[in-house]
Amino acid sequence: MSLVFTLASRNLFQDRLRFVASLMGIVFSVVLVMVQMDLYFGFSGMITTMIDHTSTDLWIVSSGTKYFEDLSLLPSTMRGRLLAIEGVSEATPGVVGFSAWGPLGAMTSVIVVGIDVTAHGLSPWNVVEGTAQSLSVPGTVAIDRVYSDQLDVSGAGANAQIRGQPVSVGAVTDGIRSFAMTPYVFSDLDDARTYIGLPPSFTSHFLVQLKPKADIERTRRNILSTISGIQALTSDQFAEQSRSFWLFRTGAGAALVAGALLAVIVGTVIIAQTLYSSTKDHLYEFARLRAMGASDSYIYQVIICQALLNAVVGFSIAALIGFAVVHFTAKSALQVVISPGLVIELFVLTIVMCIVSAITAIFRVVRVDPAIVLTR
Amino acid sequence: MSEPVIEAANVSKSYGSGPARVQALRDLDLTLDGGELTVLMGPSGSGKTTLLSILGCMLAPTGGTVRVCGTSTSGARPAELTKIRRQHVDFVFQSYHLFSTLTVAENVLLALDVRGERGPKAMAKVEEILASVGLTSKMRSFPRQLSGGEQQRVAIARAVVAKPSAILADEPTAALDSANGRATMTILSAIAKERGSAVLVVTHDPRLFEFADRIVRIEDGLLTREEFSDPLVNPMHGASVVPARSPALLEYNSQS
Repeated sequence: MSLVFTLASRNLFQDRLRFVASLMGIVFSVVLVMVQMDLYFGFSGMITTMIDHTSTDLWIVSSGTKYFEDLSLLPSTMRGRLLAIEGVSEATPGVVGFSAWGPLGAMTSVIVVGIDVTAHGLSPWNVVEGTAQSLSVPGTVAIDRVYSDQLDVSGAGANAQIRGQPVSVGAVTDGIRSFAMTPYVFSDLDDARTYIGLPPSFTSHFLVQLKPKADIERTRRNILSTISGIQALTSDQFAEQSRSFWLFRTGAGAALVAGALLAVIVGTVIIAQTLYSSTKDHLYEFARLRAMGASDSYIYQVIICQALLNAVVGFSIAALIGFAVVHFTAKSALQVVISPGLVIELFVLTIVMCIVSAITAIFRVVRVDPAIVLTR
Repeated sequence: MSEPVIEAANVSKSYGSGPARVQALRDLDLTLDGGELTVLMGPSGSGKTTLLSILGCMLAPTGGTVRVCGTSTSGARPAELTKIRRQHVDFVFQSYHLFSTLTVAENVLLALDVRGERGPKAMAKVEEILASVGLTSKMRSFPRQLSGGEQQRVAIARAVVAKPSAILADEPTAALDSANGRATMTILSAIAKERGSAVLVVTHDPRLFEFADRIVRIEDGLLTREEFSDPLVNPMHGASVVPARSPALLEYNSQS
């Protein structure tokens, strides 16, 4: 084995304080990028969680609707017109809207999701207490356990109020989080209209199921040409539209990406500074290497090896911290999720960051005159 | 007659330009032959270090030519000069320039590593050369754990382990006491004789003359005198083959 690794590692570990500073730079940078990216992907998931868990061929929403919780309304009578269109098998109405949970004076905003319990489409998932079918009983709702404290309920069987109406918790789910941190409350469609204050003549969306062998794109075009003022979107299109609105049009996603970018820059500068100062401290040794005939590539290998060691050790610590963050946020409303793909991408990013950081040190060494060893 | 290891012809070197121009070397001729230890003497500022840098391919002359083992360094790019150094030349320095983070064995091994020599064969060479300078027991020590004399012997082992054609030593005894200085010169002299390397020692110390086959004096960038050592004075002079562990070195080792 070449002495490159030995020389690089000993140079690195010789000055422990500088090594720790370098590691702190990497850990700070990687953890920040990790959290920012996790939040980005976590938010992306939360924004579309309802859409992702709905089984439908097409979403019919008003032309102004940008995301699932948007309060634009459609007339309930549209259902008959939809069913009359060739290829449409079923059109299930659904309502979504904000309401107030709890007694007067201690109210909490909630997003009420009204579903047709008897229809195929959207229904509470990951039910850990009670059953989703219990929503067919008037005045029964489903909440997520993440929001138990916020809603001040202990679990299934608990009683509360929505907009002054008494409700009973019939089902408790696990992991249905809202991007806006406002709890989702599932209820039957008619109850939901009451909680939101919506007359029966209005609905938020229709979930359209197609007949077997019906062409989805042709049916979509038929719907749009028949009914004006609406959007007919596949789940993927609606999810993308929701993500695009929240992450980019509101600037929330851009802020997360900018934060991650800033973390990369700060980390790169810190590593570059520590590598440069380490190289400067060992300048006579590098000059000695050049004097004994070491090629440029040999010297680059030493510096890049130092950078890579920084990357591996720093990333390992950052990953441990990242996994700890994942563990501690698993039961919180703002869950941080790290996928294996993201771990690999972050490792590659760390390697690239450290190698880029080595460039200044390499430039310094390239300029070193081997003859300086004769002057000291 | 064999070709000189290093041959400098009409070499000149100047630094700066205009009124600030300094002429460090002036039309200087010098040859270094294999198996010969040459001592280069001169006062401070006489051009010794500049000459050493040019002969060691670390500095390009502004005039004249330098040939190392038949290869001209004229017009060579830095990478080509590095290659010539790697193939033919190594150095011993006054302040040793050992790598503080590497052990004695690793310091010596480094000279082979940069030349692409690795593995058990390289390690065997390291062990052999460290044995020849009496440092077998210190192989795993770090430079800070060694005396000045021991550090210089490590530096010499590192310089010679790759069997370069020329070894250029810059004041190798200046930081050493008399006994260690003599031991160092004994080793360098033995290397010249045993391995056939051309050894050039830059020094201020006239006590080292007895080890020289040839003494060259430099002043104001000019070679002013060249004299050959008296075989009666130099105990190493005239020996065609010197054992790997020469009597002088063995004597030194037994004392230390």
